[in-house]
Amino acid sequence: MSEVTQVQHRITEVPSSIGIRTAPFALEVSGISKSFAHRRRETKVLSDVSLQVEPQEFVSIVGPSGCGKSTLFHIIGGLEQPDSGTVSMNGNVVTGQRGMISYMPQQPALFPWRTIEENVLLATEIAGQVRDTAREEARHWLAKVGLAGFERAYPHMLSGGMQQRAAFLRALLAPQELMLLDEPFSALDALTRSEMQRWLLELWEENRRSVLFITHNIEEALLLSNRIYVFSGRPGSILQRVDIPFPRPRREEIIDSPEFLNLKRQLSQWMREEQAKKPLT
Amino acid sequence: MRSTWKLIWPPLVAVIFFLAAWQVSVSLFHIEKWILPSPTDIAGEFSGNAAGIGAHTLATLRLTMIGFPIGIAVGLIVALLLHLIPWAKRSFYPLIILSQNVPSIALGPLLIIWFGFGLLPKIVLITLVCFFPVAVAAMGGLAQSDRMMMNYMKMAGASKWQIFTKLELPSSLPSMFSGMKISASYAVMGAVVAEWIGADKGIGVYMLLQKSAYRTDRMFVAIMIIVLLSLVLFALIVLLEKWLVRWKPRRNS
Repeated sequence: MSEVTQVQHRITEVPSSIGIRTAPFALEVSGISKSFAHRRRETKVLSDVSLQVEPQEFVSIVGPSGCGKSTLFHIIGGLEQPDSGTVSMNGNVVTGQRGMISYMPQQPALFPWRTIEENVLLATEIAGQVRDTAREEARHWLAKVGLAGFERAYPHMLSGGMQQRAAFLRALLAPQELMLLDEPFSALDALTRSEMQRWLLELWEENRRSVLFITHNIEEALLLSNRIYVFSGRPGSILQRVDIPFPRPRREEIIDSPEFLNLKRQLSQWMREEQAKKPLT
Repeated sequence: MRSTWKLIWPPLVAVIFFLAAWQVSVSLFHIEKWILPSPTDIAGEFSGNAAGIGAHTLATLRLTMIGFPIGIAVGLIVALLLHLIPWAKRSFYPLIILSQNVPSIALGPLLIIWFGFGLLPKIVLITLVCFFPVAVAAMGGLAQSDRMMMNYMKMAGASKWQIFTKLELPSSLPSMFSGMKISASYAVMGAVVAEWIGADKGIGVYMLLQKSAYRTDRMFVAIMIIVLLSLVLFALIVLLEKWLVRWKPRRNS
């Protein structure tokens, strides 16, 4: 019962908060559209996408493959310019600016010539921060995520899950507050994946950062998020915005609860409908 | 230890087989020593007359050891400059490719007219032969860094210089070393050719002398020394690579 009231509370809260917000959004994307010219044909990839991430909120994007999620990340990260729309962080318009977010890509993309510790420190190094304190913090965190003893190892000596944890630490230790996680677990096997989900859930609840998370996996999104945006197929636009009511701290057991299964069914339904609209190519 | 032996024995057997066939055919078909000396003849000449060729070898070695590093340095500098200045790459890269259609070795006589008979024309020749493989390989390596890592660097707000030093340079090291390995064998060849054109000492000079005397066996000894010098240079580059590119996964693991 308490979950239901929370949903309602959330929904009523949003419209009233638009006018008199005290704290600005960690990330606010408004009206982003983007097309690419490919072989003289314009392909619209994103159509009028607006979404918000509150400070210390975990927000997920789910959608069919090719819905422009990665393009959206590239726009937020400043790699691409949108055709229209703006990206704001903490109340400032930062459209097209780089270095505003901390990023974890699909593949770990650890630098093979750097040791794990040096990889984890890369983002702080780019930001030009003091090395000694950062190094100490990195050591502390490496031990905490089960990578103690691997500080001097090169990435190829680690398993896929360990590499992903190192890539996550690299993003976590970056000075930027907002983290973008781009399908970070998609390359892992099912067992490692669920282990990593649990790990991320615990870690995030301990030190809440603002997170925007892309995934294909509905269960993963439900388990981790405060809010989920469901994307349509190409051109990507927001179909549904779902607030997830489960209280924090969450435990993995909630995936067996009826509410969880209901939400999962509903989201799967939307995703299936979207996938079905796509012309088979 | 056993795996190295596994790697070594097939080529070793092939070489032994080749030498044996050579030895047998020379004696079987009664080939004159001045046309094709047998391996034992060559080995005998090599061990019996090592002192005569020692000074020449040292001269060639010295020439190579001056010319090769200069050639590598020029190649790397050209690659870095063209990489960092995009308009320079667009305008000069095609010219550099085109310039390789000029056989560098044929420039030798010209270089002598321009720079005299001293060390300079020889160094220039070795540099011309060596810089190209290094420059092309290094440029390829610099331009082909991993896209995911490049995206990461850009999103993290890395400057052009940070991208260059932290991503492009380290990721191009293996390519640079493959260029240098090719240049290593060119360098000794370049030195010998430079000596043919005009020198008073060196393996090249020694070969010319032995040619006039029809001492085919001694020419084979000279060739052997050239091969050995190239191999040593190659091995040096491989060692340097192993030391600098420690992070690379072993191929057999």
